[in-house]
Amino acid sequence: MIGQRLTVNKKCILMKKEEIPQDPGALSKITKEVCYAVDESGQYSTSLSDGWEVKASALDVAWKDVEQRIKSAKQRVANKEASPLLYFMELHVMDIAIVSAYTGIWKWQVKKHLRYAVFEKLSASRLQKYADLFEVSVSDLKNMTTNET
Amino acid sequence: MKLDFQHTQAAHCENGVTTSLLRHHGVNQITEPLAFGIGSGLFFVYIPFMKINNGPAIAFRTQPGLIFKRTCKALNIPVERKKFRSAAEAEKVLMDCLRAGQPVGCQVGVYYLTYFPKEYRFHFNAHNLIVYGREEDQYLISDPVMEMATSLSSYELERVRFAKGAFAPRGQLYYPKEKRSVTNEQMKMAVRSGIKRNIRDMLHIPGNIAGIRGIRYTAKKIRGWRDKLGPQKAGSYLAQLVRMQEEIGTGGGGFRFIYGAFLQEAHAYQPLDELLEISRLFTQAGDVWRSAAVQAAGIYKGRIGTQADFNTMSEFLLVAAEIEKRAFVALSKIKWPS
Repeated sequence: MIGQRLTVNKKCILMKKEEIPQDPGALSKITKEVCYAVDESGQYSTSLSDGWEVKASALDVAWKDVEQRIKSAKQRVANKEASPLLYFMELHVMDIAIVSAYTGIWKWQVKKHLRYAVFEKLSASRLQKYADLFEVSVSDLKNMTTNET
Repeated sequence: MKLDFQHTQAAHCENGVTTSLLRHHGVNQITEPLAFGIGSGLFFVYIPFMKINNGPAIAFRTQPGLIFKRTCKALNIPVERKKFRSAAEAEKVLMDCLRAGQPVGCQVGVYYLTYFPKEYRFHFNAHNLIVYGREEDQYLISDPVMEMATSLSSYELERVRFAKGAFAPRGQLYYPKEKRSVTNEQMKMAVRSGIKRNIRDMLHIPGNIAGIRGIRYTAKKIRGWRDKLGPQKAGSYLAQLVRMQEEIGTGGGGFRFIYGAFLQEAHAYQPLDELLEISRLFTQAGDVWRSAAVQAAGIYKGRIGTQADFNTMSEFLLVAAEIEKRAFVALSKIKWPS
């Protein structure tokens, strides 16, 4: 059975020492990474790799999804369907649980604050907590201005 | 203050911290693959209903913290591990350790880890590094995934030690309590117990989400992703799978190559030829995982994407499961000399 199944594996890229991929990616500016691979005699040892295009593009996909969520959050705030909190949350790749853990505000409250109308009425101290987390001023928090975009 | 400490790069952070700290404490035999294998690091789990960064929760390795704990225990080395409520207390204990000449392992989050490239900074809280000194406001850091030692200001270090969210480190630090040398006899027993525990984890955990059955379960799920999630989200899910499998820390092939290396090194302590043969199976499994990653990349880059392509993807996982099952069954049949 295993023999038959392995036929799907024609394109197999054997992890041999001389075949370790060296595709520069985000990490290679800072460090090379350790890979384990076998040499001609079948012995394992470590080599350094600059990266692999396959996983660099996986990371790209993840960040494109993040950008997509930021964009849609921005639109929803413009439509008054969500509060700027949603935008900042997506911008910092956070979710409700993480925002809650950093600010000490209950999760169900954070969830409520994602609504435009509720956010409008928040007290100054609450807003300050969110502003501190996202490292912006309260007015920037309300107006959704950032130096990152 | 700078302790006499040797920075070594490793594929995986927890292996690296474990290896460096144990070497510092006189365990000269330890290497990254041995630490990984003795700590029974190889695993697979797919947790349904749980999301990480809006994608599936998949892991190719055992739970964070266990490799250090198990390896030290197997080698009979006492361990100190502390969590803190207050950042001030956490820093004080860290400084006390450094003053006593003790390099310290710390669990940290990577989102605020300044020397990491931005592209890698998600809210992932199970990264590990070693603090081995302090010069003015800069802590000297040995991060196993980096080629060179680096540093963090006291503010930056506090921030990553008290990162929040899943697996929040809460300032956690850990280190072996005393210098001890380890005999080859002890290594021999540790290798054996590490393998046995890994057989249990991969073959005998009840339910269908962990171990070999977990790989099969994931294969089955992947078949359905295209219809259930739509092509784009299904692509993102596959990208997440590839990241968990290949990203820094895995040594490639979802840790399967490190395990192959472990079995070769284990052979020095347990001279059974089966270990070398089975090591080859893990190399094969790792290669299948990498072929699967190439297939997945085709899908998430939009080059291919029919249901047949998802079926092929699923098939790769079934092949990997088959090979790993053969490997672990073979390991379980080994007659260990008493």
